[in-house]
Amino acid sequence: MKRLFPILAVLTAIFLAYALHLALSKATPTDALQGDVYRIIYYHVPSAWSAFLLFLINFVASVVYLIRRSPKADIVAVVSAEVGVVFCTIVLVTGPIWARPVWGIWWAPGDIRLTSTLVLWLIYVSYLVLRRFSSSAQTQMLAAALAVFGALDVPLVYFSIWFFRTQHPQPVIGGGGSMDPPMLHTLLISWLAFLCFAFLICWSRFRLELLKREVEQAHAMESLVGAGESAKASLPLSRSSR
Amino acid sequence: MNAIKFLFAAYIATWVIHASYIGTLVLRFRRLRQELQELGKRK
Amino acid sequence: MKSLWAVTLATLVKDIRLEWRSKDALNSMLFFSLLVVVIFMFSFDPLAEESRHIVGGLVWVAFLFAAVVALNQTWARELRNQVLDAYRVSPAPANALFLAKALGNFIFVIVLEALMTPLFVIFYNLHVLGPAWQLIPIGLLGTWALVVNGTFFAAMSLRTRNREIMLPLLLFPISIPAVLGMVAGTTAILTGENSAHFYIVLLLTYDVVFTTACLGLFGTILHAE
Repeated sequence: MKRLFPILAVLTAIFLAYALHLALSKATPTDALQGDVYRIIYYHVPSAWSAFLLFLINFVASVVYLIRRSPKADIVAVVSAEVGVVFCTIVLVTGPIWARPVWGIWWAPGDIRLTSTLVLWLIYVSYLVLRRFSSSAQTQMLAAALAVFGALDVPLVYFSIWFFRTQHPQPVIGGGGSMDPPMLHTLLISWLAFLCFAFLICWSRFRLELLKREVEQAHAMESLVGAGESAKASLPLSRSSR
Repeated sequence: MNAIKFLFAAYIATWVIHASYIGTLVLRFRRLRQELQELGKRK
Repeated sequence: MKSLWAVTLATLVKDIRLEWRSKDALNSMLFFSLLVVVIFMFSFDPLAEESRHIVGGLVWVAFLFAAVVALNQTWARELRNQVLDAYRVSPAPANALFLAKALGNFIFVIVLEALMTPLFVIFYNLHVLGPAWQLIPIGLLGTWALVVNGTFFAAMSLRTRNREIMLPLLLFPISIPAVLGMVAGTTAILTGENSAHFYIVLLLTYDVVFTTACLGLFGTILHAE
């Protein structure tokens, strides 16, 4: 298993380089209205799709944990939330960078996609904060409950902003709905490359979490053994069976 | 063209964020392995 | 074994009686609410043309802060006297405790809002251009949206290290659609510029979804040890 990781890492790096090449080359035509700046889409949109997929995984893992109390489900939940927040951050950073040259403004409050992504980011950051500051044994349960709340909130967030924006002025977004086939092709390749990358990061984070729990257990064992020995020493008639 | 600056800014920002996160993973790995070794020595 | 509503009512009455006897929390909350309104009045010029457009937002932000301060105290009394442990062991349904707490908070926050609203009307010289009666469902549904999740997250924050800051950290992101509904709905009614119907439906949906979620998961939270 351990030897597989470097091989996959190299393959993913090549895949990502290929996707980058496609994104910047003449193989994908320049957008008629926006010019070459539109190519940010090949990083912005795949990151968004990856983040949404990871948050979906977090929701499923949290529900599984609530029903079955499986430790593996909890690890999957924390891993997917953390990596999802990383990808979500990229969406929120590349979004305004893209908006500024195209719309002239960094942020449009009625822009439903970016605004609902911001709320999603806030919800999952609060999830990670809860995990960090909850020092008790029920952290996992509380976090799973919060994840369910967050997931229930998502459609409500989307619809509230959707209606809100119909009543407020919108930035004029150039370009039609459908994409040229070569553009779509590059977008999908880019997404697949980032998915492989996301998988590798999740795998690493998973191993990190396993290591972390191993260390925690070792600490717990140490204090148990220590307590046991000091308890034995204080007993007047100790019949030690060791 | 001025707009191209934004394109490169976006791409660079993406990789900076990924690199930072992977960096924190590496640091956390090292710290935990150290801790595990120390615990092993104490036994 | 008493029914859910009997236990809820009993707990609620007990809470109100305790609150009324001490009056500490009530008095400090009232003064805090007044301060918030005054600070807003100095920060956002009431005589400006656009004030009618922003007052909806100001009012609900003020209510939100008042609610958070009230919610933070929700479980304080229970913690002090180990009531929660007793409750876990008793055969009373967990939902009864939750409902009693949520209803108590709801009544408390509604009282605060009722006291702060005339102040806003006076300081901002408000008169409502749209259908004023619609402010009632928005007020009730919006307050319940904040209180139901707030009570639940206050219970979750009990076992965290920074209890007081954890509540707003958890509550605010999840409440964003509800806050949007409250503010946009209130603004729509105050300015009379558009219909608040969608926002009332949004708040109703939000309330149904999250009340169900809270009732469904509170038992898990309470017994997770």
